[in-house]
Amino acid sequence: MIRTLTCSASALALFAAVLAGTPAAAQETLKIGFINTFSGDRAIFGKQQKDALELALQHLGGKVGGLPVEIIYADDQGKPDVGRQESDKLVQKDRVHFVTGIIWSNVLLAVARPVTRAGVIMITTNAGASPMSGKECHPNFFTTSWNNDTIPEGVGKLMTDDKVENSFMLAPNYQAGKDMITGLQRFYKGQAVGQILTKLDQSDFQAELSQIRAANPKSVFIFQPGGMGISFLKQWAASGLADKIPLYSAFTVDAVTLPAIGDAALGTFHTMYWAADLKNPQNERFVKDFMAKYNYEPSNYSAQAYDLLPWLESAVKEVKGNLADKDGIRNALRKVNYASIRGPYKLNQNHTPIQNIYKLEVIKGPDGKSKIVSRGTVFENHKDSYGAECDMKW
Amino acid sequence: MSFLLIVEQTLNGIQFGVFLFLISAGLTLVFGIMNMVNLTHGSLYMMGAYYAFALTNLTGSFYLAILLMIPAALVTGIVLELVALRTLYSRDHLDQVLATFGLILFFNELVRLVWGPENKRFDIPQSLSGHVEIIPGIPYPEYRVAIIAVGLLVAVFLYFLIARTRIGMLVRAGASNRMMVGALGVNIRLLYTVIFGIGAALAGLAGGMAGPILSVGTGMGEGMLILAFVVIVIGGIGSIRGALVASVLVGIVETVGRSTVPILLQGFLSRDVANTAGPALASMLIYVVMAAVLFFRPQGLFPARTG
Repeated sequence: MIRTLTCSASALALFAAVLAGTPAAAQETLKIGFINTFSGDRAIFGKQQKDALELALQHLGGKVGGLPVEIIYADDQGKPDVGRQESDKLVQKDRVHFVTGIIWSNVLLAVARPVTRAGVIMITTNAGASPMSGKECHPNFFTTSWNNDTIPEGVGKLMTDDKVENSFMLAPNYQAGKDMITGLQRFYKGQAVGQILTKLDQSDFQAELSQIRAANPKSVFIFQPGGMGISFLKQWAASGLADKIPLYSAFTVDAVTLPAIGDAALGTFHTMYWAADLKNPQNERFVKDFMAKYNYEPSNYSAQAYDLLPWLESAVKEVKGNLADKDGIRNALRKVNYASIRGPYKLNQNHTPIQNIYKLEVIKGPDGKSKIVSRGTVFENHKDSYGAECDMKW
Repeated sequence: MSFLLIVEQTLNGIQFGVFLFLISAGLTLVFGIMNMVNLTHGSLYMMGAYYAFALTNLTGSFYLAILLMIPAALVTGIVLELVALRTLYSRDHLDQVLATFGLILFFNELVRLVWGPENKRFDIPQSLSGHVEIIPGIPYPEYRVAIIAVGLLVAVFLYFLIARTRIGMLVRAGASNRMMVGALGVNIRLLYTVIFGIGAALAGLAGGMAGPILSVGTGMGEGMLILAFVVIVIGGIGSIRGALVASVLVGIVETVGRSTVPILLQGFLSRDVANTAGPALASMLIYVVMAAVLFFRPQGLFPARTG
């Protein structure tokens, strides 16, 4: 008897739920696959991007272009093969409308082709592998960030502007390391007095510091992402060279690594397309609410993930919620008709942003902690160097 | 490349070598005496760094943090031995590798759960942030001198422990014939637990000392673990003296190699090729040394059991 009662009660409840659900079912749910690194020793990037994405959704009132949203998070563990499995699942099983996220260039190169060729629009929120701006460019591939080279190009221009006579360059011995030095030298007109390709994941730099001291350069440029950069800067400060030689860096000092580097980064320069102190209403709101909600400084990684949703919203609105209209969405995305927290920008014909690059410096903040402040514009509307290799027309 | 720079790089090499000794001493004890392949050694190194970080924040003093960190790492090692590793002594090496590899993942996730995924920071204490001129005209960070001092202290401590104490005598006896020592009424299990604890404390100490100059994050121990294995293979598994000599050897080969090989190559290769091939060759050097040692002296430079 009791069982029958509960059965009929649950049947009723189910019926009511179906009834209540009917009006919503008419409206399609926007499904976004978000692939990021949520586990392993580089999980910090996934955390910061996810936090920013959730804040963006909150700012949009929980809907994108009037559509309810389902974000499916997938963990690539920082590995190309795992990323590929996750993207296949998102495209084939979950049937997402957009595949987004991706921190690492090598994961991106494994994922981009199958996703874009399956007719799904892909928007990366970080990885800026050069082939994606060049030969591998595709009508379904977009980015909220940059092409890898544009950031060191900014450093090169900055060093030329600062009239730095010569420089000693340090980067890890892998493709991105060499690309960074090439990018730097595209715009740095001074002399390279020394160049060392360090071991990937090197942690002790005392030997390199001795070489730098012996070479006595006018400046040092480093590309040492993640833990390598944290180790390098701590040892750089301890070596006493920091007081004598200006240090420029790319993808090394940012809001993710700075808390771990601390005062050792004081007085160093780097470049980025965005800064927490950029003056525009949407950025001020983003930074303020981010700090309030998560209690840590937003990084450019957070900024890139945040921009994803307002950009998508502009496109969804343009096609009036008709997610099947891929051409409409693509054309809308190309217009970049949204209030980006970096300020206005455009897309190059290869879908890579044409945007300002800012000079950033690490100073001691009023609270005694080191912080990153912008020091003016290095490049106005900087275009990447790979457009000529991309044969896409629009 | 000036003579002075080579001298400086040799000093850097010795310093890095002594630091390596801090890590490998514990590993060689456990591997050599207990015949146990312990991949968690790198994780214990990481735990030491995190303990030192947490304790520095708690106490406000780096020195106090290092002093308190050593017993914390010791206890971690003992608990680990009692709970997990003790059952592995009788298994073959492959089982030990698998189990301790699993423990690496466990420790990385544990650290991430407790302290979060972001890298941590604690600074060189003010009193060690200056420089000394060991080589005239070349300021050398005091903190690195302190690492050398701690490493040498540990070497002396271990020498006395192994050569002059009852524990040391039992350890040496246990290493050459475990069954016989047990039969003579020595509690060999307890002895192993103690040894493992000491190994863990040494790894932790290395991590704690590394914290202010290296990045403190999950996975920081894995790169060091590989170097530590190279060291103990060259030095002779189970030999503290071997570990010390091999550490300094590896430190010098690694440091001097990576700063001179690219420059030497530039003598007969184009600059671009030399810049790329040089670091690759230099990073192979220590493995070449290891292969050479294994070829001529398969037991390592100072074999523990025959000596």
